[in-house]
Amino acid sequence: MSCHAVAHPGDEALGTAYRTIAVVGPPNSGKTTLFNRLTRLRQKVGNFPGVTVEHHTGYVRDSDGQEIALIDLPGVYSLAPKSEDEKVAVDVLTGNMPGTPRPDAIILVLNSTNLHSHLVLAARVIALGTPTLVLLNMADELRKQGGHVDVLSLARQLGTPVALVSATTGEGIVAVQNFLDSAVASPEPLGLPVVGSTRGYREWAVRVGENAKYRRPATPVWTQRLDSLFLHRIWGSVIFGVVVIAVFQTIFAVGQPLSNLFQRFLDVTGAQLGTHLPHGMFNSLIVNGVWKGTGSVLVFLPQILLLFLVIGILEDSGYLSRAAVIADRTMSRVGLNGKSFIPLLSAYACAVPAIMATRTIENKRDRMATILIAPFMTCSARLPVYTMVIAAFLPNRPLLGVFLGTRAVAMLGLYVLGFLMAVLTARLLKSTILRSKDAPFILEMPPYRWPTLASLGLRLVDRGKAFLYRAGTVIMLVTLLLWAATNFPMHHGQPPEVQNSVVAKLGHAIEPVIRPLGFDWKIGVGLVTSLAAREVIIATLGTLNGVDPQSHATDLQAALRHELTPAAAVALLVFFAFAMQCMSTLAVVRRETNGWKWPVLQFSYMTVVAYISAFAAYSIVGHFIR
Amino acid sequence: MIFNFIFGRHKKDRKPKSGALADLRVGESAILSELQLSPPVAEHLMNLGFVPGLEVTVARSGPGGDPRVYRVEGTEVAMRRDVSRHIHVELLGAPAFGD
Repeated sequence: MSCHAVAHPGDEALGTAYRTIAVVGPPNSGKTTLFNRLTRLRQKVGNFPGVTVEHHTGYVRDSDGQEIALIDLPGVYSLAPKSEDEKVAVDVLTGNMPGTPRPDAIILVLNSTNLHSHLVLAARVIALGTPTLVLLNMADELRKQGGHVDVLSLARQLGTPVALVSATTGEGIVAVQNFLDSAVASPEPLGLPVVGSTRGYREWAVRVGENAKYRRPATPVWTQRLDSLFLHRIWGSVIFGVVVIAVFQTIFAVGQPLSNLFQRFLDVTGAQLGTHLPHGMFNSLIVNGVWKGTGSVLVFLPQILLLFLVIGILEDSGYLSRAAVIADRTMSRVGLNGKSFIPLLSAYACAVPAIMATRTIENKRDRMATILIAPFMTCSARLPVYTMVIAAFLPNRPLLGVFLGTRAVAMLGLYVLGFLMAVLTARLLKSTILRSKDAPFILEMPPYRWPTLASLGLRLVDRGKAFLYRAGTVIMLVTLLLWAATNFPMHHGQPPEVQNSVVAKLGHAIEPVIRPLGFDWKIGVGLVTSLAAREVIIATLGTLNGVDPQSHATDLQAALRHELTPAAAVALLVFFAFAMQCMSTLAVVRRETNGWKWPVLQFSYMTVVAYISAFAAYSIVGHFIR
Repeated sequence: MIFNFIFGRHKKDRKPKSGALADLRVGESAILSELQLSPPVAEHLMNLGFVPGLEVTVARSGPGGDPRVYRVEGTEVAMRRDVSRHIHVELLGAPAFGD
């Protein structure tokens, strides 16, 4: 093992300092860990123009205090621009990305335990002619498993400085600071293949490795042992089941009460705020507009952070790849692969964090399909609506003794209904617009590692910020618009009764459209206001019928029975099962797909499906029950 | 290991000299000879280390037998049968037990 922290190939020319440095590396090379270690919280998230690929820009300083921007590029195996990720990486590295200057230097992060494969990428990156620092990451694992590499020899052969580092322990990271301080001449590697196939590059890589006395480390024993358990024919599935239940329970049993508690807190502080402000429009704007808007954004945070904590642990430890292998068989039946499983599972709690979690799916088309079907999963916001309507129309009779009543069966049926529509939509998408023939399931199994607190923490901060900035603003805006719609037109300086407001006019306006479903204008108003969040329809119907749904639930149920025929009630349930009645989800889809195309398509598709299904339900049920 | 016990029972049939990666049993090794896949998929596999000429081992099988995990030079990659049956290999000989 070489003890040199950094090895330079020769004399380095002291020149101008770097302003922009790109960080490149294959997936599973520890690139992000290194980037986080270098920049900590001094980073921001952005999208490159016109693509859905997200990148982080972080800032570091050289010894003179000069600020240098580090651009963390997506993980790539090669520079052949076949995938969107690779195209972005190539465009940035060659200075063809609008708005991003060509980097003055490159930090190339490779996994030292897998040198031969990764040197192929090194050859391609070094061939760009940009000053490059090659970091051989995971030095600790290399050493522990009996591997070896001569860094000096490698530096000579590649024509670039090379350092053996460990991003997790911080070993050798000083090499980066040295690199920032001393401008290195453009690389002039020895015997680099000019043009060549991957096979040619690979043969070159093996020669370079042999010259540098590279000895590949043994596969860690623990990874072997854990895999023989986690991928075991029987135990693998059992453990997978336990993990799935744990994820579900965490989001439902911990996240939901946390969100409720948060909601309570915001309600109480909102009421407090209301008593301290003078009465009138301003009071209402602050309490019912701004504060409620803030609340409807913040209320998602506990669930989002929890889900990302759980997924972060699963992903960083390496288990997520194994879970994908186990779930793959089932998911392949609907045309998706194992990586869609965890996001779809989380969608049962809430589609918002679920859609953010689709980032772990590398295949763009599969990711898009998962995003599009996630809102069909019965989320927790549908529950209060289902409960109220079912309680109003269906007497609870035991079906299987004390275990299963008619109401529970109805509820279960709605869960199944959503799931079936998701499967149907997935098949439809995967056989039409999102067909991906050339993207079979090929997944690298990284060795198991302990997740680090720093990496988990940074991920939570990152996701939390992304949600608040990008989705939060849209959610806030729509909440304010809905507030305005219920408070205008004013009458003698007073907000109108609900039935005279703009929102009621909207309800009346859509009444002809929803009449075939058996809905009147009041339900129409509920459909409009429930865009803020599905359960809002309960409060709206309460207001319109002059009852407080919290203290007089049975009165509201009576009012509902008066308002809806049984067939219309079924239609309402079906409509809520399928419709995209959630602007938070729309806002997140817009943010994740970097444009309005997909959210608009999704909203239209789900609304059409909901409308047709509700109409069918109304007609069929109405035929039997009058 | 238990996997060899479950999947590694070998019948006494004569093995062909070459075949598809998908037809190897868990624990068996072979030399990669050809990736009969579309260029992007073959390229991706080669970038992961599945380069013709290298030795590949069937590391383990997921529950249900598909996908399976294959190992080349320490890199483990899971893939479905619909990929591995298009990867041609030359057999080495006796299956490597107790991997």
